[in-house]
Amino acid sequence: MNFESVRIAIQGILSNKLRSALTMLGILIGVGSVIILVAVGTGSREAVAKQFESLGSNTITVVNARGFGGRGGNRGTQSRAVQLKQSDVDALNKPGNCPSCKAIVPTVTATAIGTFDGNTYTPQQFLGTTELFGPVRNYSLSAGSGLTAQDIADRAKVVVVGKTVVDNLFGTGTPFASVIGQTVKFGNSNWTVVGVFSPKGTNGTQDQDDIVIAPDTAVQDNLTGGGVFNSLTVQAISHNATGSAQAEVTAVLTALHPTSNGSSPFSVLNQATLQSSQEKSAKTLTVLLGAVAAISLIVGGIGVMNIMLVTVTERTREIGIRRAIGAQKSHVLSQFLIEAVMVSMFGGFLGIAAGIVGSQFKIVGIQPSIAAYSVVLAFAVSLLTGLFFGLYPANRAASLRPIDALRYE
Amino acid sequence: MTSTIQPFTEPDLPVLKKWPVLLLQNIEKTFGIGDIAVHALDNVSLVIEQGDFVAIMGASGSGKSTLMNIIGCLDIPTKGRYFLDGIDVRTLDDYQLSLVRNRKIGFVFQSFNLIPRTNAVANVELPLVYAKVSKAERRHAALDALERVGLSDRLHHTPSQLSGGQQQRVAIARAIATNPSLILADEPTGALDSVSTQEVMNILNELHDEGRTIVIITHEDDVARHAHRIIRLKDGQVISDISAPPSGPRAMGAINA
Repeated sequence: MNFESVRIAIQGILSNKLRSALTMLGILIGVGSVIILVAVGTGSREAVAKQFESLGSNTITVVNARGFGGRGGNRGTQSRAVQLKQSDVDALNKPGNCPSCKAIVPTVTATAIGTFDGNTYTPQQFLGTTELFGPVRNYSLSAGSGLTAQDIADRAKVVVVGKTVVDNLFGTGTPFASVIGQTVKFGNSNWTVVGVFSPKGTNGTQDQDDIVIAPDTAVQDNLTGGGVFNSLTVQAISHNATGSAQAEVTAVLTALHPTSNGSSPFSVLNQATLQSSQEKSAKTLTVLLGAVAAISLIVGGIGVMNIMLVTVTERTREIGIRRAIGAQKSHVLSQFLIEAVMVSMFGGFLGIAAGIVGSQFKIVGIQPSIAAYSVVLAFAVSLLTGLFFGLYPANRAASLRPIDALRYE
Repeated sequence: MTSTIQPFTEPDLPVLKKWPVLLLQNIEKTFGIGDIAVHALDNVSLVIEQGDFVAIMGASGSGKSTLMNIIGCLDIPTKGRYFLDGIDVRTLDDYQLSLVRNRKIGFVFQSFNLIPRTNAVANVELPLVYAKVSKAERRHAALDALERVGLSDRLHHTPSQLSGGQQQRVAIARAIATNPSLILADEPTGALDSVSTQEVMNILNELHDEGRTIVIITHEDDVARHAHRIIRLKDGQVISDISAPPSGPRAMGAINA
């Protein structure tokens, strides 16, 4: 009998194809939008996580408070410009000053046009730094060697480059090993390539392979001038120690550069805190998007109910005939309930397909990432929607008195 | 779920050796209450035996439709008792009434009342579906019934592809497919032309000849003439109950032939 009910329900759905299709469309849009919008939320969360991962989760960053990057921002009217110098790095490295710090990586940012054999390319990042840059920022070597303490001390004009730089200066696909030992002109001086980083890809906002690093001393000598750093990356001894490292760094730097109003001259950014707060906002975004989509699913459900009520009214006489020749209330109930559930189930299937297809495209710059739970949830909710919103019309059909239903015109 | 209906025995009733198909005792049906109450049926008692061919006649408003609804277990009398094949219908709940309609009664309606967009075989099978008859058996029974009404060549036509007379023959096939105790026809020819009317009445005559019990509700004398017993209603009361040999069917058949 159950099979018969299903057959009769399918007949009902097929008897008015356009109406059934439109009802399914409502559910389709509901389920599809839940999947896509949750995927957008998840995707943005993953982008944030990836961005922080590239910086290292247990690092804190110190930048000049008056100007992110600091380049030139402190000149002019600001006579008492405070800048990060080697002395600050030394102070932080002094045993006992910062027990929670594992490594201090100073960075000076330069802009330099690179030329090799007629090819010209300006790397997105040209950083003067130390031998600790690689380990702290999760860059590993693919060929050659990294910067050494000796290079820093010697103010050697050597560079380690990323894949994008190799491709642009030496030609796409050039084997990394063949680049080692080549001389590239950056700015007005010649630099020897000593190593190539393993490709890292994008972190969501930036090509991480579009990078050149060189000894900070050499960059200051040849490209930027002055003994000034743009930022310090401090690696804490563990993820949990980032808080104390942040406090210690702030204390040391404030002691070195007392300000009239007692405020810190530098911004000390804790990646872990930043990461968790950004992840939290991304999570809120996901919930918000999911809620908006859920509303459309409910609207779709109301559409199912609306159509089922119309169907019941339209088929009152048929219900009367069925009851007259022996159909039980339960037969009529299951016929209409199954019809409602099937419509929303088909709508749900199509919605999942639409959601998966839709999630393949970038939406407002975010690559959506389908969350398995959202697919299962959206489908389950669409079924329950059919059940819930189908129950009332089906019950109404089953409760009709056979004699009234039969007389209905 | 039970598929058999137990007869209800009533201790205060005379013990009958064999129950008639229909036994109505002092049936009353009142619509509305108080001043606006309408007595559609007033103290109607009837016995219809197995094999009877009865026409219930009356003008509109005479209560014949109400009586038909009560006989068909679509409505419940306000007062009185109604035994169908020995079953006290008054005591049945909705579920059991559905079973009774399914097993005991074959309906034929004035407006055919076939399920739209559903072919003849499926329409005839439908009561058997609700009776939980297996697929092969009900297909067999449906084909037999359709052959019986001469529609073996229209099995897969939907109601909209059939003429009125053909639709009514499908409806008759549906009514006999479950092999019911009673065929209850409500103005079966009311929507048909004279040729189709003759066809339908011939089939009903044949079914009667096979020993089936038939009750026809009609206001047409030509149709009633086929019956062996004519019951007339007026204002909810039986005003005459005449058993007579059919004056119409064979004679008319002979004239037409």
